[in-house]
Amino acid sequence: MGSPPLPMLEVNDLYKYFPVRSSLADWLARKPARYVKAVDGITFSLEKGEVLALVGESGCGKTTIARTLIGLEDQSGGRILFDGKLVQSPERRQRAGLVPLESSGPGSQQQLIFPKVTMKRLRQQAQMIFQDPYESLNPRSTIFDIVAEPLVVHGIARPRLERIQRVKAALEDAGLRPAEDYFLRYPHELSGGQRQRVVIASAMVLEPELLLADEPVSMLDVSIRAEILNLLRDLREKRGVSILFITHDLGTVAYFADRVAVMYLGRIVEIGSTHEVLKNPQHPYTQALLSVVPVPNPRLRRQRVILQGETPNPIEVPSGCRFHPRCSLVVERCSSVDPTLQIVSENHQAACLLLDEGPK
Amino acid sequence: MISMPTNPPAPLLSVRHLSTDFINTDGQVSHALEDVSFDLYPGQTLGLVGESGCGKTTTMLSIMRLLPSAGRITRGEIILDEVDLLGISERDMRAYRWKEMAMVFQSAMNALNPVVRVGDQIREAILIHNLMDRQNADLRVEELLDLVGIARARKEQYPHQYSGGMRQRAMIAMALACKPRILFADEPTTALDVMIQAQVLELLKHIQQEFGLAIVLVTHDLGVVAEVCDTVVVMYGGKVAEYGPIDAVYNSPEHPYTQRLLEAFPDLNKPGESLATIPGTPPRLNALPPGCRFEPRCHQRIPICSQLNPRLLKVGEKHVAACHLLEQKETTH
Repeated sequence: MGSPPLPMLEVNDLYKYFPVRSSLADWLARKPARYVKAVDGITFSLEKGEVLALVGESGCGKTTIARTLIGLEDQSGGRILFDGKLVQSPERRQRAGLVPLESSGPGSQQQLIFPKVTMKRLRQQAQMIFQDPYESLNPRSTIFDIVAEPLVVHGIARPRLERIQRVKAALEDAGLRPAEDYFLRYPHELSGGQRQRVVIASAMVLEPELLLADEPVSMLDVSIRAEILNLLRDLREKRGVSILFITHDLGTVAYFADRVAVMYLGRIVEIGSTHEVLKNPQHPYTQALLSVVPVPNPRLRRQRVILQGETPNPIEVPSGCRFHPRCSLVVERCSSVDPTLQIVSENHQAACLLLDEGPK
Repeated sequence: MISMPTNPPAPLLSVRHLSTDFINTDGQVSHALEDVSFDLYPGQTLGLVGESGCGKTTTMLSIMRLLPSAGRITRGEIILDEVDLLGISERDMRAYRWKEMAMVFQSAMNALNPVVRVGDQIREAILIHNLMDRQNADLRVEELLDLVGIARARKEQYPHQYSGGMRQRAMIAMALACKPRILFADEPTTALDVMIQAQVLELLKHIQQEFGLAIVLVTHDLGVVAEVCDTVVVMYGGKVAEYGPIDAVYNSPEHPYTQRLLEAFPDLNKPGESLATIPGTPPRLNALPPGCRFEPRCHQRIPICSQLNPRLLKVGEKHVAACHLLEQKETTH
């Protein structure tokens, strides 16, 4: 059996719990510590050159995953392999005793057999694009300095001329032409779309292999949104960069993701190829999400499944299937049995007890 | 919000040739609105769409006469109940504001006072218009909270204890406090998740059916407009580019700008299709191009576009668009 190429990213049973600060009274009463279960056992992989969309409402843990992947948060358990190498918590914090050296959270695994990748190396090869281009650029830096900063941090392209070349190329690839016109400008002189291009340029200047894009277009106007989506699609085609695309909008997912993972309350409830999941959604939550996506055609107004209330608090996760209190198809078992992902078809899995009962 | 084929006879609110200027401290004049006209019928929803800076919010503020001090309405009529709202005194205007026309402001996060309980803020809106005494106002607050689906007990809470969707509901409750006939909603769902967005739109629809409200929905989201509006006004650079019934505008858009906007919207039903883009940025209002305002970005421009501003031409039943190409088509026929 020839070994298949290593996936860009392999996430295995990832957990991220945030401790809730307990009051003195709780402490005196010896109440157990409570946790916000932001990411509660996630497994997925991302192939090289692939675009995987993580979809879900606010508070489902999609941003926490991205932050954990890039080491902005320490994982509470599980294993992250980046290009076959184990991602470690930042060594400095490990030494300070803030994180146990060997992960001891739920789902911890034997971790010693993998070669490791340092945070610095990881952050050179994996870059994040944040949601708000108005807040993710330093207002007092010029565009040149912003885009050159990653090179400075990683000590790449030290000769001045080479550095200018790299910045110029990155800006032009991001569609800011001629790049020299932007070098000495400040973020406030640019429009929202241009700023997001600068954000993308400074992510791409290191020529990363993985982009973590956290809602990169949700703050932008429709026409600019299309430009940025087209730009990301081009980058992926030309550079073969893998993209983890985080969004709450299934419309944009349909546009350019290869696969989609639907998240609810820290878990993946459905994952599969975009075509399969959108055409044949199996989980009631996916079905509801799909039904509320605005479709720009008044002739296609349809019955929408509107879930009442909001995502429950991830401190007290409902028993059984965590979606059952809001599910329209709920049956008795749902409140006691926690469903696992089941295979629907070759490229499609969903976690719903109703799947046992054959096609709906 | 359900599209009804019947056209109610008389418009509730008529905006005619509305033009608004902004004058900055250097005396520079920006033509924020020019010749904006549309009709709003009772029980219907009108969508005002366009990119940031196209004059959607200015239109709404002009109608409410809530423009900041730099803004001046230079021309036009705003007719409600046969009264021109631009011709009455500020004092008389108060009888219309909130009682006849109310507004749900953009970003509920910033529009609510963070240090006043939500219930008290809604009550203030009632008391300030001398509609009832304190006790009845308290009852009315509870009624309003029921209406928008917030538990009564939460009137004692502060805005930071509310989620984004709930704050938006509270804003809607406040706007409904004086039982207005027209509700302006400025980007009511923009910062919200799809599910919460659907909840808020559902709520607006429900309220409209219950009270026969006319709603003006200001948004840049064409999907939302397609879901809930009966008529749509597409604005560009402070002017109406296209105006008509929702079905006509979406299925046979006549203005190149509308066409491109629709093609730029990712559609769940057409996955993988390449998205159209509109190069460039919207015009700065103090440096407008001499001809058609969309000309510098237009993919179908012809020589005349850079010289002459196009008129609004009738292209269908209640459907108008401003483009020179249409004029040419008309003359060749």
